[in-house]
This record gives sequence, structure tokens and C-alpha cells, in this order.
Amino acid sequence: MSQRQVLQVFEQYQKARTQFVQTVAELATRPQNIETLQNAGVMSLLRPLLLDIVPTIQQTSALALGRLANYNDDLAEAVVKGDILPQLVYSLAEQNRFYKKAAAFVLRAVAKHSPTLAQAVVDCGGLDALVISLEEFDPGVKEAAAWALGYIARHNGHLSQAVVDAGAVPLLVLCIQEPEVALKRIAASALSDIAKHSPELAQTVVDAGAIAHLSQMILNPDAKLKRQVFSALSQISKHSVDLAEMVVEAEIFPSILVCLRDPDEYVRKNVTTLMREITKHTPELSQLVVNTGGVAAVIDYLGECQGGVRLPGIMMLGYVAAHSENLAMAVIVSKGVPQLAICLSEESEDHIKAATVWAFGQIGRHTPEHARAVAAAHVLPKLLALYMDPDSSEDLQIKAKKALKSILQKCTHLPALEPLLYEAPSNILKHVVYQFSKVLPHDSKARRLFVTSGGLKKVQEIKADVGSALQEYINSINNCYPEEIVRYYSPGYSETLLERIDKYQPV
Amino acid sequence: MARLVKLQNEIERIKEKYFTRNRFAEENRQRENEAAIKIQSWFRGWQVRAYLSHLHWKATIIQKIWRGFRARARFRQTVKAVYFIMKMNFYHKMSVRIQRRWRGYYVRKYVHNYYARRRYMEGLIRKNEEIRRDLVDFSEFQRREREQIAMDREEQKKTVQAQRMHFLLSTKQCPGVFNSPFKPEPDEMELRLRRTKPQPPTASPRERDSRLGNRIPSTHSSASIARAHGAQPLPPIPIKKPQGPFREAAEVWAQRHRSLEPSLRVQTSITDLEEAQDQLRLEEWRNRTVDTLFQPFSKAHQNRRYERMIHTSSSFQPVPYGNKHFREERPDNLLGKKPLQRASSRLCNTHLRTAYTLPRTHQHIMEMPMWPAWSASHSTKT
Repeated sequence: MSQRQVLQVFEQYQKARTQFVQTVAELATRPQNIETLQNAGVMSLLRPLLLDIVPTIQQTSALALGRLANYNDDLAEAVVKGDILPQLVYSLAEQNRFYKKAAAFVLRAVAKHSPTLAQAVVDCGGLDALVISLEEFDPGVKEAAAWALGYIARHNGHLSQAVVDAGAVPLLVLCIQEPEVALKRIAASALSDIAKHSPELAQTVVDAGAIAHLSQMILNPDAKLKRQVFSALSQISKHSVDLAEMVVEAEIFPSILVCLRDPDEYVRKNVTTLMREITKHTPELSQLVVNTGGVAAVIDYLGECQGGVRLPGIMMLGYVAAHSENLAMAVIVSKGVPQLAICLSEESEDHIKAATVWAFGQIGRHTPEHARAVAAAHVLPKLLALYMDPDSSEDLQIKAKKALKSILQKCTHLPALEPLLYEAPSNILKHVVYQFSKVLPHDSKARRLFVTSGGLKKVQEIKADVGSALQEYINSINNCYPEEIVRYYSPGYSETLLERIDKYQPV
Repeated sequence: MARLVKLQNEIERIKEKYFTRNRFAEENRQRENEAAIKIQSWFRGWQVRAYLSHLHWKATIIQKIWRGFRARARFRQTVKAVYFIMKMNFYHKMSVRIQRRWRGYYVRKYVHNYYARRRYMEGLIRKNEEIRRDLVDFSEFQRREREQIAMDREEQKKTVQAQRMHFLLSTKQCPGVFNSPFKPEPDEMELRLRRTKPQPPTASPRERDSRLGNRIPSTHSSASIARAHGAQPLPPIPIKKPQGPFREAAEVWAQRHRSLEPSLRVQTSITDLEEAQDQLRLEEWRNRTVDTLFQPFSKAHQNRRYERMIHTSSSFQPVPYGNKHFREERPDNLLGKKPLQRASSRLCNTHLRTAYTLPRTHQHIMEMPMWPAWSASHSTKT
């Protein structure tokens, strides 16, 4: 055979390999093919192709492996068990940028499924290789490496600490400053995943100077980037007062409020999450947010959005109102109570209702003025209904009861308390009657109204144990009225009158 | 003699008497002795008693006087003490009144200032309105921007399309696809085709790129490292393990990540006191809606006591120079002539008198009766 014929055999083999690998990579993009591929034993076939001479085949097989591992954690485990990772990690340091991208993609795909797999990636020295790739010039390689690091750090604090110890954070902060938007996105998301686990990690991120760069990107037109930036800032500020103050010192207010009108839903949600994390720490921070008009913006946001994304906004209002009665009054004055009432009636999920109920409790518990504002929005019957409803979850019931109790203890607006007399169970009724017994002795118009609206009748019908607090309150209410009226409204009065007819002797 | 014989006859009787007397005396001696003793003892006792009662009487006088003195002194002391307590009670009551007024004023002005809070809420409402308006404006602006960008992009796309499909333009003979004869007006695409200049279709993107100079990453170019046709990549360079009694990696890791367990003294930061003070200050800042502090005597410069001019007043009487006249007048030097009538003096003096008189508060002091000697000497001077 001539030399050309010999070489042709090798050429054919190389073409066949290339075609196989490229087709597998293409098939692996569609989820329905992956089961078939797995059953056909594609892993064991792709593994030796990783060590192929021809670089394209190496790259494409790495890409195919990455796509397979991305789909399913069994396949990712198979990748780990097949000892492919050390080879990939080694080649991350050596090969060209396309291979690096593909190898980083595989590492990311493996690490994303569970902490054990991510630990496996870390154990074979993947972190150092990824951090070295972060120093590359090519933005695609940096993006892939940052993505992989982000997915590793996402699972738990140990892994995040390992990522930080590998020295990734300063490089990620440098990546954020790069002009490519995709790289910025991924770097911001990686920083957010690192900072979310513990205050020390968040402090490490802050020490690398991330806050300044993140806050500069707040008004970037790219929506996905803004999502990640706000998520990163909220993960940083949620841990402690100092971190939240540092985030606020980066002068994000009031430009953040502009992003509350962004067309992208998740940007708005992340902005409200950030505001919630800031306001929950101290009254001073809440005061700052209120003074810049943040409360009004969040209330408008609640009016415009639907569903689960309302939750951070509702919690933010609750936190602001919880700190002091000035701030609660500020929430009331910014028309927060009607909006929260709308949220309560529109939302169907229990955890959102629980948050709304808690927010009401925080607003209304400070002074009678606050309780009156809450009661005027006809919220108390709704709270009672939620408490009594057997379908509501236990958490919702507990929160509704607490909120109801705390509002009732300050409520002196009697028209709002009257509906509660009829439906409340005895432990709530006790508070309602107590409020009546506090107000009625001093207000004659209220006494009149109480009688004419049928409240006195209802109070007489309440059965209370002798000597209990409820009985005392009922007695103090009865003492506000003359004997005849109390007797007239007591139950069974008509019977006693009729009995008198029986006993009466006409003259 | 007879007396002697009588006496001798008496001797027996005398002897008898002597003996009987002695016998009686002897018999009664005891009794009489006792009686005498009794009398003496009674007398002595009476004497002593009289002396004792005298002493008692005197002692009583002394004690009476002394006790009276002491009691009066003590009474004076108690009176002083009661007076003092009465005064202190009075002061306490009065100071309670002062403190009540002061605390009410202070709290109402600087801590729970209702009007400041109301102003704050009103300001907050205005600020909220402003922010809402600004946000609405901004979102409108952004929406318009986005719409503008989208429209521009649409325009661009359609222009490119028109440029490439320029052959669909209708001719005189044959109407184009977009210029249907059954419709009254040609389609907007037709109008666009008429407007745009044609652009012939270019070569494929790959050739275009290479013509522009971009190198396409081909499959063979990445074998930048010159390798033989069948050579394997080289094995990795082994890293030298450090030789020596080093600890296990796991131990080092555990030690490195061991959490800090500081003692309470170490835990307390050195600025603990300052932090506590800061916290208190922040609490005050947060709980007060009023930011102005109470500064005592802050308006002192506005309530200045009037200071008299030293040249126009003295402690004894008002000085007419500066009030009633500004020129020194010496009528003695005139020697009986009339003083010169100055036109200005008639006009000015009246004004001056009102402008430069001292304020009323001091007038009554000024109009005190003057010492005659002083007034006489003073009048001679003027």
C-alpha cells in the first residue's frame, strides 16, 4: 500500500471521530435524546476522545460531555466516577481557549447539581485551575470560569470558603469591571453566590471593593445584569448592620428607586429585596429609606405587580413599621394600608398572606392612631377570618392571631370593633370586650351607638366563666348603663316579661 | 449648930436618898439613855433631813434652770430644723413646679414635638408625591426611549430588507408583489422599495469575514504547538513535595479554619464605651423628630441688656450733656448778653432730645432726688 493510502485510513478515522463527536454534541442539546445517548453508553465512548490528538475533537467531546452532565445529576456522577475531572483540570491549565471554555463548562455542569459533586470538583483541584483561567485575556474563558466558580460556591458555606481561599474574589471583582456585559453578569452572580452564606464571606467580598463597582452598574440598561447586581447587593447587606451601612454609603438611594419601574419583573423584585435587607437592621437605615421616598415607591410597586414577587415589598413595609411608631405613621401616611389590604385580598398563597398579616400587626400595634388607621381599612374582619379559617396554614393562623391581638390592644375605634363581637372566638373576644370596657365609660355618644347597633345585646349573650377577666369586662360595660336597659337586652327577657303576664291579676 | 445637927440627922436620909436616887437613876439610866438617844437621833435625823431637803431644793433649782436652758436650746434647734424642713418642702414644691414646666416645655419642643412631627409627615407626603411623579416621568421617558429604539431597529431591518429585495420593485409593465392592482394604494413595502437604493447580495459571511481580515478559527490552526503526526502530549511535570515533619493537610485546614473563641474581655471592643454612647445618641436621634438641640442661652445676643453710654449717664443723675444739649454753654462768659440764636439749634435740639434720651426704664432712677451740694456744684459748672 502506498503512503497516501495509509494516511487516508487515518484521515477517514479522524473524520469519523469528528463527525461522531459533533453529532453527539448536537444531539445532547435536545433533552429527549439524552436518555437514548445514556443507554447507548456515550460516556465511555466520549472519555477516550477527550485525550484525542486533534484539538477540535477534544473540544467538541468536552462540550458534549458538558451538555450531558448539565442535563442530569446521574450523568454528572458518571463523569465524576469516570475520573474525567482530573484530566479536564490539567488541561484547563494547558490548552487553548476553546478547550478551556469547554472544560470550564463541564466543571460547571458537574458542580451545579449537588454539594457532593461540587466537592468532587474541588477535590481534584478544579478551583486553582479555574482561578488561573480567570486571569486569561479571553472574556469567554473568564465567563465560563466565573460561572463554574459561582455554581460551586452556590451550595454551601464550605464550598464558598474554598472558592474564596483559592483567591477568586479579587479576580471576580476585576471581571466585573470588564466591558463585556455577559462577563459582568456572571461575575456579579458569582459574587452574589459567594456572599450569601455568611457574614465573613460577605465581608471578604466587600473588602475586595465589590460594592463600589456593583453600585456603579445600577443604572446599566441591561436587565439581567441589574438582576444580578441587586441580588449581589442584597446578599451582602442581609448579614449585618455594618455591611448594610456600607452598601447604603455607596449612594444607591435614590437612584435605586428608578429601577423599581424597570420593565423586567425580576429586577424590580431584587430591588425590593435589597431594600428589605437594608431596612430590616436598624431604625436609622429605615429612616433613611423613608426619607428618600422609598416607601412610596415600594407601595406603588406592590400595586403594579402580582403574585409571589410581592413578598419582599410587603416584608419591607413590615420591617419599616416595626422599628418605631414614627416610621409606622410614615407608612400609613404614604397610603400603605389600603395597598396592603388589596394584597391581602388578592393573594391566594399562604406565605404571602402571612407576611401581609404580620406587616399589618407591625403597623397597627403602636398607638391608637395607628390601630385606627389599620381598622379603618376593614382589615380586622379579614384577619379574624384568616385566623378562624381551617384551611389556612398554622403559620398563617399564628401570625393572624398575634397581629389581631396586638392591634386590638390599641384599637379604640369602636365601629371597627363591633363586627368582631359577633364572630370572634373567646380568646379574641376577651380583648374586644376589654377595649369596649375601656372606651364606653367615658363616651356617651359611643354608648348610645353601642346600644342601637345591637352591641349591648350581643355582649349580654356572651357566656363567660364567673371570675374570669371576660366577666369583669362585661360587668364594667354593664355598669355603664342603667339597670333597665341591661335587663332589657339580657337574653330571655321576653320570657320573663311573658311570665309576668301569667302572674298578673287584672284588676 | 442646929443646922449641923439637922444636917447630921439628914445624913442618913441623904445617904438613903443618895442611894435611892442612884438606884432610881441606875434603874432609869437605861430607859433615859435610850430616850435621850431617841431624842438625839430624831433631832439629828431632822437636821440631816432638813439639810437634805435644803440640798434637794437647791439641786432642784439648779436642775430646773439647767433643764430649762437645755430644753430651750433644743427647742430652738427643733424650731430651726422644722423651719428648714418647711423651707425645703416649699422649695421642693416650687422646684417641682419649675421642673414640671421646664420638662413639659422641653419635651414638647425637643422630644415629642407634635408640630415638628406633623411638619415631617406633611413633608414626607410631599416628598412621596414628588418621587411618584418623578418615577412616573422617568418610566414614561424610558418607555418612549425603548419604543424609539425598537422603532429604529424595525426601520433599520426593513431598510436592509428593502435594499436586498430591491428586485421586487414594480415596473411600468408589470406591477410588483407589493403593488397589487386590486388595492387602491401600493403597500408600504413598495414605497420603501422605491425610496431605497439597491444593494446587490454579497458573498457568504465566512468569505466576507476573511476578506475583512478576521481569521476564522479553523480546525487545524489550533495545533499551534508543532507536533509530530502521531505524538502524544507530554505528561505533567511533577511538583516536588516538601520534605519534612509537616502536619497533615486536614489538620492544617482544621486549624486554619478554627473559629475564634475570645474571652469576654477580649470580646469587648476597645471602643465599647464609645459604641454604647453612639447607640444612645442614635436612639435619641431616631426617637426625636426634632433635630434642633436645646441650646441654653442661644438667643443671648438678641436679648442684650441695654448698655448706657458712659458719657451721657452717671450713677447719680442724668447728665444733660448728650441729652439736652451737645454744645457746652457757658452763660457766665456771656456777661449778660443774650446767647447767639442758632437756626439749627431750635430745630435740632427738639429732635435730639427725643432721639438721645435714655429709655424709660432708667428714667425713674434718673429722677431721684439729688444731693443739694452736688446739684449746686453742678449747676455752677454749667
